[in-house]
Amino acid sequence: MTDAGISNKADPLSKPQSKYDYSKGPEPLEINMKWCKACNICIALCPKQVFEPDRDGKPVQARPENCTQCTICWVHCPDLAITSNYK
Amino acid sequence: MATATTSEKAKQKSDIFLKYLRPRKGMPSVWCAGCGNGIVMTAIIRAIDKLGLSKDNIVMVSGIGCSSRMPIYLDFNALHTTHGRALPFATGVKFARPDLKVIVVTGDGDALAIGGNHFIHACRRNIDITAILINNNIYGMTGGQGSPTTPSAAFSTTTPYGNAEKHFDPSALAAASGASYVARSTVYHATAMEKLIGEAISHRGFSLVEAVSNCHTYYGRLNRQGDPVTMINSFKEKSVQVTKAKKMSPEELKGKIVIGKLHEVDTTEFCDVYQSTVDRLDGRK
Repeated sequence: MTDAGISNKADPLSKPQSKYDYSKGPEPLEINMKWCKACNICIALCPKQVFEPDRDGKPVQARPENCTQCTICWVHCPDLAITSNYK
Repeated sequence: MATATTSEKAKQKSDIFLKYLRPRKGMPSVWCAGCGNGIVMTAIIRAIDKLGLSKDNIVMVSGIGCSSRMPIYLDFNALHTTHGRALPFATGVKFARPDLKVIVVTGDGDALAIGGNHFIHACRRNIDITAILINNNIYGMTGGQGSPTTPSAAFSTTTPYGNAEKHFDPSALAAASGASYVARSTVYHATAMEKLIGEAISHRGFSLVEAVSNCHTYYGRLNRQGDPVTMINSFKEKSVQVTKAKKMSPEELKGKIVIGKLHEVDTTEFCDVYQSTVDRLDGRK
């Protein structure tokens, strides 16, 4: 996990802080970090503030328990990097 | 195990992008971070997926420009043509194979400046082509030159003291030239854009969807409009639905983007008329 920019998993630091129940399944959204260009659109447009930028400005799911699957992030992602795990 | 399979099944619904992308063809795209072209591309993918069209029955034609790189990423029959001449090539494709769905992806400089004549004549013929015109008010690929849709007094690299010219309204131009379906949306209203693109593809006749997009790299930087997020949020503030715009005065509508289905008429389509002419002449022989 040294190369955080390549990994598809969330920032390990964010996991202990979130209240998300990982026993029920994976996180609500899957972010393709190889395609993400850190444009900040998903972080800014998310109405529930699910994302936080990591050190490269790419989104990590800091508050996955807030996600309502409203589709705004993956509809507005210009690089097709966000897909939903549940919708 | 059971949760994994249900989530995998559900994932296929939102994972439709991968079905329509060319494998090993350079994703991530060449577009700048936050470019609206990508949002239009996802809207096209979702619209086509919703219509349930086969990938083999779609031809995507483009000219030159940032937006015209879209057929390189999308796994349809593709035709990447010369600057401004996407619509004539598409007319040829549609004329030879009327069973195919022809989609033209073009930019504002491509369609209105160098291909302006082709654009108005494609509208006049009312041939069954769907044109998706991505309007970002500037020539993005070649370095930020002023295009026919650069607004008056806006800055570009060729208008460093403000644009003295007036600008084209592509939707009004298409409607006046005879296009039978004209709609406009912005990249902020991506879900509405998906719906309008779907309607445009199903429509028989020339249909234009003007997708107002952001070029923060040139237009936004030269006009102090900030980063992609600020530009996309400004479309939300500037846009007015067409039903509401009918009740507003021209002074109120100044600087606003009217979105929605602007124009739809039911007229004869070029391929149908041509086929009926052929049938008529065959019968006379």
